[in-house]
Amino acid sequence: MGALNIVTYVFIGVGLFFNAVGSFGLNRFPDVYTRLHAATKCTTFGSMFLILAVIVQSASIWVMEGALSSQSVLSIHAIIALVVLLITNATSAHAIARAAHRSGEKPARAVVDDLEGKDIND
Amino acid sequence: MRFIVTAVVAYLLYLVLTIGSGTLLLWNEAELIIGAIFALVVAALVKNRYLKKSLRMLNPVRWFIWLIYLFLFFFAMAQANVDVAYRVITGRINPGIVKISPRLKNDMSLTLLANSITLTPGTLSVDVEEETNDMYIHWINVKPDVLKEMPRDYHPICNSFPDWARRIAG
Repeated sequence: MGALNIVTYVFIGVGLFFNAVGSFGLNRFPDVYTRLHAATKCTTFGSMFLILAVIVQSASIWVMEGALSSQSVLSIHAIIALVVLLITNATSAHAIARAAHRSGEKPARAVVDDLEGKDIND
Repeated sequence: MRFIVTAVVAYLLYLVLTIGSGTLLLWNEAELIIGAIFALVVAALVKNRYLKKSLRMLNPVRWFIWLIYLFLFFFAMAQANVDVAYRVITGRINPGIVKISPRLKNDMSLTLLANSITLTPGTLSVDVEEETNDMYIHWINVKPDVLKEMPRDYHPICNSFPDWARRIAG
């Protein structure tokens, strides 16, 4: 149990670090695209580790208490939340970036913009 | 066939969500029966949306390749996360939108690739050209070597994700 507690604390620490970096980058970066990088990616990784901490803790109690433990609900639902978070985070970041570029938002300090002036219709 | 596959997937998801509700294996009788009824109703409603034409993704070999890819992907993701954290703290960014030609044929592999690229920190898929399946990627640290030739080399941008996407869903 002691080793598992240490693993949980390490996961929580890593998760908090990346969430902090994400919110820091949100203030620091110059435009919508780079802010999306900070806001979605770092927080995905951060939240992933926080959820992993929940899974480790509840799964260890589940194993200890046997198959009928109420902790099973917690760990299974945490895994589903992780999968859904990974899918929706990528999709929504993609949608926001696409909408931003179509409404004429130029990437700040860009060295190259291959999409510039392309008229893409659907 | 599409009806059966959709019903099985819906029923499995219901069972996963209700684990630990009873003593019959891990479920109670009511959940098992209600879940089956709901799965059949859902399958009848959405089977044409959930699966388009081909049942290619039922092949277990593809799932196995996908599992291998998950490990590689998480390793690349962790590496890139540390890199972006470094860029947030130091502020050394060199952003730009680059065009890559992954040469993927179908929507499934393109979705897989776009989601992988977006989930990897430092790269963000912005748009897709429907006819040629070329993708526009916002890249936070553009390397000067890549800009020399016009069909951009995708390996510095997204490793070999396009090859894996072709193997899994191509």
